[in-house]
Amino acid sequence: MSESRATWTKYSSPQAFYPLAGKLIPWFAGLAMICLAAGLYIGFLVAPTDFQQGDSYRIIFVHVPAAWMSMFLYVVMAGWAAVGLGLKARPSFMMAQAIAPTGALFTFLALFTGAFWGKPTWGAWWVWDARLTSELILLFQYAGVMLLHASIDDLRRADRASAVLALVGVVNVPIIYFSVRWWNTLHQGASVSMTAAPKMAATMLSAMGIMALGFWMYSAAVALMRVRCIILERERQASWAQIERGA
Amino acid sequence: MQWGSLNEFLAMGGYGAYVWPSFGATALCMIWEVLLLRRRHAAIRAALHQSAASVEVAS
Amino acid sequence: MSQAGLSAVVRAIVRRDVLLAFRRQADVMTAVFFFVIVASLFPLGVSPEPAVLRMIAPGVLWVAALLSCLLSLGRVFTADYQDGVLEQMVLIPHPLAVLVSAKVFAHWVVSGLPIVVLSLLLGVQFGLEGEALGVLALSLLLGTPALSLIGSIGAALTLGVRGGGMLVALLVLPLFIPVLIFGSGAVSSTVSGIGAEANLSLLGAALVLALPLAPWAAAAAVRIAVE
Repeated sequence: MSESRATWTKYSSPQAFYPLAGKLIPWFAGLAMICLAAGLYIGFLVAPTDFQQGDSYRIIFVHVPAAWMSMFLYVVMAGWAAVGLGLKARPSFMMAQAIAPTGALFTFLALFTGAFWGKPTWGAWWVWDARLTSELILLFQYAGVMLLHASIDDLRRADRASAVLALVGVVNVPIIYFSVRWWNTLHQGASVSMTAAPKMAATMLSAMGIMALGFWMYSAAVALMRVRCIILERERQASWAQIERGA
Repeated sequence: MQWGSLNEFLAMGGYGAYVWPSFGATALCMIWEVLLLRRRHAAIRAALHQSAASVEVAS
Repeated sequence: MSQAGLSAVVRAIVRRDVLLAFRRQADVMTAVFFFVIVASLFPLGVSPEPAVLRMIAPGVLWVAALLSCLLSLGRVFTADYQDGVLEQMVLIPHPLAVLVSAKVFAHWVVSGLPIVVLSLLLGVQFGLEGEALGVLALSLLLGTPALSLIGSIGAALTLGVRGGGMLVALLVLPLFIPVLIFGSGAVSSTVSGIGAEANLSLLGAALVLALPLAPWAAAAAVRIAVE
């Protein structure tokens, strides 16, 4: 217990976290590349054509993992924000700040690829369905967290204010999902049933799972890369950062 | 393996116009993000280098 | 002041905020007229056809109410932040969340309540009648306090921030969406004859949820801003 506590305090300073992050990045990046290569191989060359959707279903190999990551990263970001508020730990806020752009990127990709999947599958680029609407709102919330952080000059305040906003957003997204779903049941005419998931072959599922794992590793690598930039930018004046310039 | 030829693969059973933009956009965004971060890291390191050099000259 | 009981402090805050708002009448009137004008643009912009108007009325009136609330959100904390009153509030030994609730209540009295009343008038302009008109006012009566509560979080987060007015819209509008869905849903389901009970109870649930949580979050945001 005392040892784990010591480890935590050790890595809770940006100075110690910077080299640790640097050591982890190649591992995550390597695993990401392996997973993505394997996922693309299985997804394009092994998985059979879907008898209902044809080959357009292959879009879900990027779409579903991107959608998962967009939501998962928001929760992780809010988690770091909560840790930061609770323990007053600066690296937690930096992690939250580092995750936000990647989360927003995956949200955008989920919407973009979703449109390209929706057009051939349901004949519409966009429908006001619960999933699409909450994904869109998620994008707005990422933007809100990032813009609030960027608009406050005092970094300490920026960290904490955007942390509060991120936590409020965690409550909001499920509420929006269920309210839109419920709202759609009243507007039967316009709604498209998407809950009927087509039966998927095992190779399709494994391609999707491996791609998701790859996206996960990619997110970890990229978030760590960004947190290293943030640490250096913020600790410009600290002497250790000056020494680090050559590393 | 179900693809007889490269053209067949690229056509994606007639859905190529939907499949490839999706994968292309995803790949572009991911590569772009990594490149941006590398440049950002290099830029801040260069700035630190410069400020350290100016300190050495001053002292 | 430090000896005063909590309820006395709350009453004093509400009275002071309402009085101050009425002394600066132009601010209050701007938000109210904004609501009326935005709602009046739609018949001119979309179509004066009564059937069309009846169909778009719930959404239009609710969105107009939402934007009007957004416009007046700056008033909740800004003046007190600038002259240091907010700092005093953080320091006095009463729970800040309760004091924030008092300020939110005052904001609702000044900017939410007039909208509830005016919505009856505008509803008639949009061809709503009878039960639908009543449900519209009732949904706004339940919904506008929720809007003020949720909006106060955004108002507190953007205190003293560059371009705070624009930013608060981006932060708060996504949080308003559930209220908008239930509120306008209540009216449109009455118009189409399904009955508004389900929507109204969900709207009530949103208000009950926001009542303890939003002041708590807003108080945290106020603390962050004045520190």
